[in-house]
Amino acid sequence: MITEFTPIQSTLGGLMIGLAAAAMLGLNGRIAGISGILGGFLDGSEGRGWRGMFVLGMLLGGLGLVLVSPESIPGAATDSLPLLAVAGLLVGFGTRIGGGCTSGHGVCGISRLSTRSLTATAIFMGAAMATVGLARHVVGGVG
Amino acid sequence: MSPATRQQLVALISGLVFALGLGVAGMTNPHKVLNFLDLFGDWDPSLALVMGGAILVYAPIYRVLVRRDAPRFGDRFHWPTAKDVDARLVLGAVAFGVGWGLAGFCPGPALVAVTSGTLPVLTFFAALVAGMIAARLVMKTLDSRSARAD
Repeated sequence: MITEFTPIQSTLGGLMIGLAAAAMLGLNGRIAGISGILGGFLDGSEGRGWRGMFVLGMLLGGLGLVLVSPESIPGAATDSLPLLAVAGLLVGFGTRIGGGCTSGHGVCGISRLSTRSLTATAIFMGAAMATVGLARHVVGGVG
Repeated sequence: MSPATRQQLVALISGLVFALGLGVAGMTNPHKVLNFLDLFGDWDPSLALVMGGAILVYAPIYRVLVRRDAPRFGDRFHWPTAKDVDARLVLGAVAFGVGWGLAGFCPGPALVAVTSGTLPVLTFFAALVAGMIAARLVMKTLDSRSARAD
């Protein structure tokens, strides 16, 4: 499926994400990495209260989007449940082993010029691009 | 209001704005994410502007905050403590990248997309949770082994 380049909306959304993450740092002293917040909540790490509230806030935001602009949440890109299960396992496992995802490493870590985050972001971006390239242009028909 | 309650309120509002930002940015549409990752197809560069926009706000605020002793509602900043690029970071990033490339969902957008209530998204998210729990068990085992070896 072809999607339009949306420079204004995507920049605006990015600014909102940056603002939300900056509030977590300046007010609570926490890095707004979604895999870290969600994983810490599942592990029963300290701060389960605020972790749970952050996750709840994200779900409420999602419900708001579903009500106001359902086309922004179209669901998954494939109907293959086995493929989605494998992908989900890899994302959950990988982000916890690797200490972060697109938000923790990609936004917060790069902003701090962290070597770990710059390395992780280059690797997961590269691995994701290679996967899409293989799936779409070599194997064909996926996504 | 107690400090813990204040932190929870901040987290609730921050999570809400974060999710709305993902939606406005188009990142809760996995087709859009996959098209960003597809350099050899109909490339959609939007995701680069999402990260750029977020860093544009976060980086200068970080530079101000890093010189402070404590956040507004907490006793200290919880800065990441790991410094080295180790095997776990590399292997984890590879696994995450492959999964992200297969489905077009990273953790944030997947969590927001759960509200769509569709079976494919719920399947992805349930597997993500299982993967996170598995990672914890694996890391615990590895850590206790290396502790015994010391």
